[in-house]
Amino acid sequence: MHLETDVLVIGAGGAGMYAALEAARAGASVILADRSLIGRGGATVMAQMTVAAALGEQTPDSWEFHLADTLAAGRGLCNETLSAMLCQDGPARIREMDAWKVGWAREGDHITQIHAPGHDRPRCVYVDVLSTGPAVSRTLRTQLNLASGIRRIGDLAIVDIVVRDGQACGAVAVHLSSGETVTLAAKSVIIATGGLTRLYRRNSASFNMGGDGYALALRAGAELIDMEFVQFFPIGHLAPRLVGMDPIMWDPFRYKLGGKLLNGDLQEFEEAYASDGRNDGNYVLTRDRATYAISKEVEAGRGSPAGGAYLSFQHVPDAELRRAFGPVIDRLAANGIDLTKQLVEVAPIAHYHMGGVRVDAAMQSTIPGLYACGEAIGGANGANRLSGNAITEAFVFGARAGQSAAKNALSAASHWSHEAASPTVDLLRSADKRDTPNLAVAVTDLQALMADKVGPFRTDEKLREAIVEIDRMTADLGAAPPSSGMTFDPLLIDWLDLRNMLQVAKSVAVPALARTESRGAHQRDDHPGLEEAWTLNQIITLNGGDVALERGASISKKASA
Amino acid sequence: MKATLEIKRGTPAAPQHVETFVVPFEPGQSILDGLRAVRHDTDPTLAFRFACINANACKECMMLIDGKVDYACTVKLKEGVTTLAPLPKKALVRDLVTEIAPPDERLHGRG
Ligand SMILES: Cc1cc2nc3c(=O)[nH]c(=O)nc-3n(C[C@H](O)[C@H](O)[C@H](O)COP(=O)(O)OP(=O)(O)OC[C@H]3O[C@@H](n4cnc5c(N)ncnc54)[C@H](O)[C@@H]3O)c2cc1C
Repeated sequence: MHLETDVLVIGAGGAGMYAALEAARAGASVILADRSLIGRGGATVMAQMTVAAALGEQTPDSWEFHLADTLAAGRGLCNETLSAMLCQDGPARIREMDAWKVGWAREGDHITQIHAPGHDRPRCVYVDVLSTGPAVSRTLRTQLNLASGIRRIGDLAIVDIVVRDGQACGAVAVHLSSGETVTLAAKSVIIATGGLTRLYRRNSASFNMGGDGYALALRAGAELIDMEFVQFFPIGHLAPRLVGMDPIMWDPFRYKLGGKLLNGDLQEFEEAYASDGRNDGNYVLTRDRATYAISKEVEAGRGSPAGGAYLSFQHVPDAELRRAFGPVIDRLAANGIDLTKQLVEVAPIAHYHMGGVRVDAAMQSTIPGLYACGEAIGGANGANRLSGNAITEAFVFGARAGQSAAKNALSAASHWSHEAASPTVDLLRSADKRDTPNLAVAVTDLQALMADKVGPFRTDEKLREAIVEIDRMTADLGAAPPSSGMTFDPLLIDWLDLRNMLQVAKSVAVPALARTESRGAHQRDDHPGLEEAWTLNQIITLNGGDVALERGASISKKASA
Repeated sequence: MKATLEIKRGTPAAPQHVETFVVPFEPGQSILDGLRAVRHDTDPTLAFRFACINANACKECMMLIDGKVDYACTVKLKEGVTTLAPLPKKALVRDLVTEIAPPDERLHGRG
């Protein structure tokens, strides 16, 4: 099947839905495609916590204060143009969502803003109870329903972007439920595919977060930036099995009620790692030190049974737990968890990706006609992200990308050619029915490799081993899928996922190996300090089919404050 | 502990049949965990829909579990037999996968 449109948006999370709405508002025809259901496949619908914007509803605030906090967290690597855009446009998007009845929690006559770690004042809005992401998704889906000119197509996995004469002109996709190959001609293409945390064994990812968009961009000839910076959340939920809760939920608990971290011998261990005196006033250890402490206790054989640490709230009276988190306590009870009687287990989990497609202020990549937004881009958050910035970024950059893509599409002629699409169309037809090893197992192997060798704490030796192993797995995967053309074919999906995941895994490992310092989310055991000379971004491209690394220019501090 | 999953498989083109898989599990694990274990340990061709895995946010893993419509991620694995079948009132795609998207979000068969 062949379809034509002005703007093709790939991925229907917060960023993609916003992009589609803005592109349609500007008068362009839009196809919004998602490999899953519209508005349900990625991180947006799963986020249960907060969204940061300098609304000044709770206390006086300005976007400049939000920017200062964002840049501080980014440890010198932020693209300040993008960071400023995030902070400056954020309030307008949050108010637009409010007008669309998302239902931000209110106190009296104003929107409630809470004080989240890393922010200098109460700045984060939310929807009660733990409904931020679902409410955001539902609200944007409703707007899509009301808009005209947007065709939404679920079950449509984009396999490659089509480029002709150096310009993006469409895409090739597999329609999962029918097994059909679909070609899409588009004057502008927007990558809004979210992050890559499915690359890791322990993660907060959905099935669709293997980093497709980064691989799509690379193969289209675009550049990726800051790919070594994967954010690990130190106390992600590990055990007992818990369904229906955001795995980062323990953060507000710990912040408000002071949970105690215990090792497998039920001993507190944070003090032992606090010798460098780093202390943020609320925890004994900062987030990166907590990740370090838990990882080292596990390595030393003092982990909890599931391989993390215990988190205890047993010192907190039941009444106080209820007062602080009543409805959540009920949800925990439905999972058979009673915090007054038992410990839970937590561990560092891969949670968000700072790196991504390198874009300019119009959200255009280095390939004309190819745009990106949301978690799929790099730059706004530098080496580490402030909590609450990711959803704001999805709205702000989504809207910008939609506007730019529409503007381009309305003034350009189609560059589409079937010939330019044929390598991918042929790939999908080339299925070579063979006995492959189980590719679902290969995915698990890759996740273990990334966790063990390209995790939160890295060394030269581990990273080199990872790269060798990724290359071996890439060779094993072969050049053609083992199956295709069937309706909802899990073997084809695994093969296409691995094709992307391996390329993206290497795009993380290669710059991590080169960066011989520790900064933000990139921590090297063999290079523990931050090095001024490394105040620069690294750029990844594809060269002859393999990942190539380039060092960007040194980022000089702006003269003014 | 071991759970026995009796899964109705097939496509509209071929008659449906039941296949049985035994999966080891720990208390608290979900039917969805069990289905993922089947793909990983025994049969990677088994088709079922899911996205978010733990959050019960995507609502894609709905199926017929012991005769009742429910989410595979919220129903726990149990010892003994659990029967799994595709949603009866939705068009069958393959195995446990049915056409669940609203008509105006589909490639084909738009209202
Ligand atoms: C559990 C969890 C909790 C979080 N909590 C918060 C929070 O409280 N506050 C905050 O600010 N941030 C939070 N984050 C981060 C934030 O949710 C994300 O960064 C943000 O929602 C990303 O939005 P997005 O639109 O860029 O991507 P997503 O929402 O991930 O959407 C990407 C979409 O692209 C689709 N897709 C991927 N590949 C393809 C392809 N090849 N073809 C077609 N479609 C494709 C996916 O199916 C998906 O629907 C959280 C993240 C997680 C995982």
